[in-house]
Amino acid sequence: MSTTYDPADPYAGSRETTEGRVYTVTGGDWDVTLGADPHGEERLVVNMGPQHPSTHGVLRLVLDLEGETVTKARVVIGYLHTGIEKNTEYRNWVQGTTFVTRMDYLAPLFNEAGYCLAVEKLLGIEAPPRAQTIRVLVMELNRIASHLVALATFGMEMGALTGMTNGFRERELVLDLLEEITGLRMNHAYIRPGGLAQDLPEGAVEHIREFLEFFPKRVADFHRLLTGQPIWQRRLKDVGYLDVTGCVALGVTGPILRAAGLPWDLRKVEPYLGYQTYDFEVPTADTCDAWGRYLVRMSEVNESLRIIEQALDRLEPGPVMVEDKKIAWPAQLSLGPDGMGNSHQHVAHIMGQSMEALIHHFKLVTEGFRVPAGQVYVPVESPRGELGYHVVSDGSTRPWRVHVRDPSFVNLQATAAMSEGGMIADVIAAIASIDPVMGGVDR
Amino acid sequence: MSNDGGAVVPGREEAGYDDATAPAGGFRKGAFGVSGSGDTSGFGGLVRVEPGGAVALHSTDRPYGGWFDEVTDALVDAVGEGTYAAAVQRVLVDRGEITYFVAREHLLTLVRALRDDEALRFELCSSVSGVDYLDSGGPAVAPGRPRLHVVYHLTSMTYRRRIRLEVAVSAEDPHVPSVTAVYPTADWHERETYDMFGVVFDGHPALTRILMPDDWDGFPQRKDYPLGGVPVEYHDATIPPPDTRRAYR
Repeated sequence: MSTTYDPADPYAGSRETTEGRVYTVTGGDWDVTLGADPHGEERLVVNMGPQHPSTHGVLRLVLDLEGETVTKARVVIGYLHTGIEKNTEYRNWVQGTTFVTRMDYLAPLFNEAGYCLAVEKLLGIEAPPRAQTIRVLVMELNRIASHLVALATFGMEMGALTGMTNGFRERELVLDLLEEITGLRMNHAYIRPGGLAQDLPEGAVEHIREFLEFFPKRVADFHRLLTGQPIWQRRLKDVGYLDVTGCVALGVTGPILRAAGLPWDLRKVEPYLGYQTYDFEVPTADTCDAWGRYLVRMSEVNESLRIIEQALDRLEPGPVMVEDKKIAWPAQLSLGPDGMGNSHQHVAHIMGQSMEALIHHFKLVTEGFRVPAGQVYVPVESPRGELGYHVVSDGSTRPWRVHVRDPSFVNLQATAAMSEGGMIADVIAAIASIDPVMGGVDR
Repeated sequence: MSNDGGAVVPGREEAGYDDATAPAGGFRKGAFGVSGSGDTSGFGGLVRVEPGGAVALHSTDRPYGGWFDEVTDALVDAVGEGTYAAAVQRVLVDRGEITYFVAREHLLTLVRALRDDEALRFELCSSVSGVDYLDSGGPAVAPGRPRLHVVYHLTSMTYRRRIRLEVAVSAEDPHVPSVTAVYPTADWHERETYDMFGVVFDGHPALTRILMPDDWDGFPQRKDYPLGGVPVEYHDATIPPPDTRRAYR
């Protein structure tokens, strides 16, 4: 029962039996296998992640290396899949906000805004002007926070640890503001279908103005710390190259596309929430590399500061939720002795004064409102690119389907195009410049 | 497409609704959509017709209005009238968005024209996603109607326009040609749609699961796939998992 070495198939010897040809894989053919591979001595397959400090989250890379050159890069995702899209189908329309805000956890307010704009489009309603302005305000604050994390993790992954500590430190300033406005640092559920959960608290406008006073200096510090630094420049320049053609073919949007020279920003080209009335620039670069993406993000922080200032200037008193009582959440939130909750007047009203108000509250809170059947696709410009909500309603109190076109998910596809043929160290720079958020990628 | 529940009929058969011709997609029982709760209100026997259900089956007539006609004319010019008539089953304009319902045999011809034709230039495929219309306009209410829809959102960066293509297939024959050769970005989108809905994209370079583990059984976002979950016990109460809770639909 000797097996014969078959030159046509170096992986397994074979022999004829009464049952037909039987192959025997022995494992002893390692030398033969490697000998047949011209790069045998050099070729190395490296698994990187999913738990790795430089992969920007629970991202797994499978890299084919020849020496230090990457010949193939494959991305494995799904480690953070939590079934958020499916979950929204079992909750009412208002509850959906609390789910989508947890997808891209660095840009929660963009998720909420995109989702609520889609629901509002299905309902055929529009949030009141004050709510729209506050939405713009909190989204731009969120954009700054998100870009600061992008810069901080960029620094960490490139070995510039001071960049990381500085980035997270400045981000905390923004999160303090968001906490003051929404009650939470992340996962706010602040933007609701029809408006906002609550108005700006007292003192918030002053605190944002103070922030606008000193924050440009912090941005300048960042430039002093990193932009002029020769190591930083050499690590980033000409790394992770992707031009406009490549970006569009791979569906890449956001700072990556703008760093390739195309000023494609949905706030400008398909304005929503009145962005056409704000005066701001769309920063671009023409380098198509990680360096350009870094500079674009830095400039976008400054543009966001400009938008926030304008939003503060045009804040007029008014309602922050639609007037339609069949959609608007019946109570405003307020701070009580046991924390944030339905306002005391509202509870007193429904419990002591009006049976109809109680029924109305009960119906709206337990059952929720119905949304006319149909489907919409609403894109917003998140810090990472086009965040699209494809929402389908069958006319009931729950979404029939919510699909999220998350920019991180799409942009991450460019990893192979950006890093194949380059050095392994540049893979890290390329992925850091994509700035994927795995919560959004895996949903 | 209002859905105010105004169209209350005593019953599906008595109302004489024929599945082949009815515009209705889904049917709901009772005034409040509650089942199994011992409803004594007297409304429990009602069957409400949901106009259109989740999948609106009517179509819009020309003119569509705005640039929709321009795009449609350009598309007809690009692929030829015969192909257009065979490829586009119906067109729906709703809430300022246009949807072309496309036969899968002609999908690739259409997307090539949509991307390359000078008057169309839909360079960017924003999103590919699936929707399962099992019991709202799908086979559960009208046998033979395909339940799995693949929805493509295309963006023209040149003209700043967005359109939607929709391809419907049954769960028994869930094959759709892959558009990855035209839009490389569709690679992961199609893998996700395969992973979640079991739609097989013919011609995809590596159609494998992407979010779920490789050895996973079933397609989680299909409507007949349960959400799952365990009951949560509190001090003196148990809360059932979300998909088994009493719900108002």
